[in-house]
Amino acid sequence: MELVLLLAIPLTGALLLAVVGGRRRAPELNVVLSAGTFVAAGALTARVIAEGSLLRGREQFYIDPFNVFLIALTAFVGLTTALFSRPYMRVEMDHGRITAGRLRLYHSMYQLFMATMLVALTTNNMGLLWVAMEAATLSTVLLVTLYRTPASLEAGWKYFILCGVGIALALFGTILLYFAAEKVLGAEGVTALLWTHLDAVKGQLEPTVLELAFVFLLVGYGTKVGLAPLHNWLPDAHAEGPTPISAVLSGLLLNVAIYAVVRCKVLVEGSLQSSFPSQMLMGFGVVSVVMAAFLLWRQRDIKRLFAYSSIEHMGIITFAFGMGGAVASFAALLHMTVHSLTKSAIFFVVGHAAQKAGSQLMDDIRGLITTSPTIGWGLMAGTLAILGVPPFGVFASEFLILTTAMREQPWATPILLVSLGVAFAAIFGRVQPMVFGETNVRRLPHPPALLPVFAHLAIVLLFGVYVPPYLADWYRAAAGLVGGP
Amino acid sequence: MTVPGWDLQLLNLFAALLLLLSFAMLSQRRIVSLVNLLALQGAVLCAATLLLAWRTGQGHLYLSAALTLGLKVVGLPWLLHRLIRRLEVYWETEPLINAAGTMMVGLLIVIFSFGLAQPIAELASTTTRSALGIAVSVILLAFLMMITRRKALSQVIGFLSMENGLFFGAMSATYGMPMVVELGVALDVLVAMLVLGVFFFQIREQFDSLDLHHLESLRER
Repeated sequence: MELVLLLAIPLTGALLLAVVGGRRRAPELNVVLSAGTFVAAGALTARVIAEGSLLRGREQFYIDPFNVFLIALTAFVGLTTALFSRPYMRVEMDHGRITAGRLRLYHSMYQLFMATMLVALTTNNMGLLWVAMEAATLSTVLLVTLYRTPASLEAGWKYFILCGVGIALALFGTILLYFAAEKVLGAEGVTALLWTHLDAVKGQLEPTVLELAFVFLLVGYGTKVGLAPLHNWLPDAHAEGPTPISAVLSGLLLNVAIYAVVRCKVLVEGSLQSSFPSQMLMGFGVVSVVMAAFLLWRQRDIKRLFAYSSIEHMGIITFAFGMGGAVASFAALLHMTVHSLTKSAIFFVVGHAAQKAGSQLMDDIRGLITTSPTIGWGLMAGTLAILGVPPFGVFASEFLILTTAMREQPWATPILLVSLGVAFAAIFGRVQPMVFGETNVRRLPHPPALLPVFAHLAIVLLFGVYVPPYLADWYRAAAGLVGGP
Repeated sequence: MTVPGWDLQLLNLFAALLLLLSFAMLSQRRIVSLVNLLALQGAVLCAATLLLAWRTGQGHLYLSAALTLGLKVVGLPWLLHRLIRRLEVYWETEPLINAAGTMMVGLLIVIFSFGLAQPIAELASTTTRSALGIAVSVILLAFLMMITRRKALSQVIGFLSMENGLFFGAMSATYGMPMVVELGVALDVLVAMLVLGVFFFQIREQFDSLDLHHLESLRER
């Protein structure tokens, strides 16, 4: 029941908003629908905690502690982003950047995007997972180009083609997976692509085929994660689209893509009995962290800056999942949560800051703290949080990942530490003059919604000092599912 | 389940035709002809699916053949032809690598693909050994086409040709994916084309051309 609601609310919402999404009250309707989705996700989470993993809809949907936490997170950030987007999009309309027709497209696609991510997370079928991931790309392409500026069209085209090709490779990987599974599970049933069945027989799957399949799946879904060197679309798509979309792309879609990679890794690792998948993940992870850290220095646009920071964090998470084991997987899951909350909070603040300054260039944004202390402090706190300053949660997860790396993969620790230091210097040096100093920003016609920002940051702070025991148990259960012993 | 004598050869013929069409697309610069070649590739794919469906008696393959016919032979080419007329883009500009060079790279890709598919093809009990190698070749050749072309429409045709290759791969390795997945993939492709249609008009409105060199200002600074 909860599952049906969880998927039905955003889907019907997309249809509904396709009709009325341009009206004056549409932003409120968007919030209500997102709230409904969040309530359904909460109920589903409660049930999974109480009853354990669920299989529904002729085994097509599977909810276990691993994906249910991502479902809850996705629905939560979906709700807060809808809250943020309400005044944000009104300001954009007042500034004349979008029309009512485009607002309708925006609202409808926002709900559709949420629906595709939730399908990707809940499905048990590796084929449907692929379909939902592709649909998630398609629903956001036209949002990236919402402003119709030359740069946004270029970003949209890049996003479409790179992710389209990437995901086509993932489809080939899925075909190979099916090919291997069919030998064990039989072609007649449709069970050969169901993750639960694959997981049960993963030891018998043909290793040579799975090895090749994993390469394709990793490159395919890795494109969506934004792993270097497949990350080209990510900064453009984040920078040129409307800010609520940057927030959900960075905070949610990247997580969903990592989720897909991890699901595949569990299967392949079980079949290969070697460290090949782990090494691939660690390699891609480290390369992404290093590359993003150094490219951060060359950014002038604030949204691009934080987009590169997302690549860096995705690299850290991928590396941690690659290391495997209980502690590293726990840390990776925690990092996914805190990164998602912090980064979306940062995008909320950055969105309003850019509206106030009338520009996304960092040189044009100055002295936020004098005219609007909440935005200024929000940006400062968010930046400190994402840079891993204690006592925020990002510190806790990065600390766990680095200490585990010292023990298990000592070669990587200095590389990661240096990159984190470089990233710290790059981002902090840029943000500091934006917050303090002489001001040049104007007032906004609608009061910004800053509640989501501080709610997110408060949760991240809480995770830094104290993870509630039931949440910790939940993470541990999830880590046990994905990280092996 | 084994496919005996003559129909095996017929399937091999279809596979060879797919590869040939891929090469033809690689060197074709007239966009209308490119769309026709794509439709032809879809038709060969459809015929191969029908043959396989008939010989193996797998009901769902008939459905996917029908899907191929509807989508790839009729639907998408029709959509593309309409787009070409509306947008008035008929010729691809000079490709980034000249035709002879592209062909050479293409040949290397085919050799590489067969090498890649070798270990898997040995495990395949279903169809011919060469089919999987050809599927990989078609995918990678489409990839090459997307890299070397400048016009947005040719890149999209490359994308669809890649889809054909994927589909052929799925069919030759496993008699096609489960129906629900195949339907989903088809739906995605269809939606992708519609999104692209909208997108092209946006590009054109903005730049007055579909040449992608306009879209090269965002770099990693």
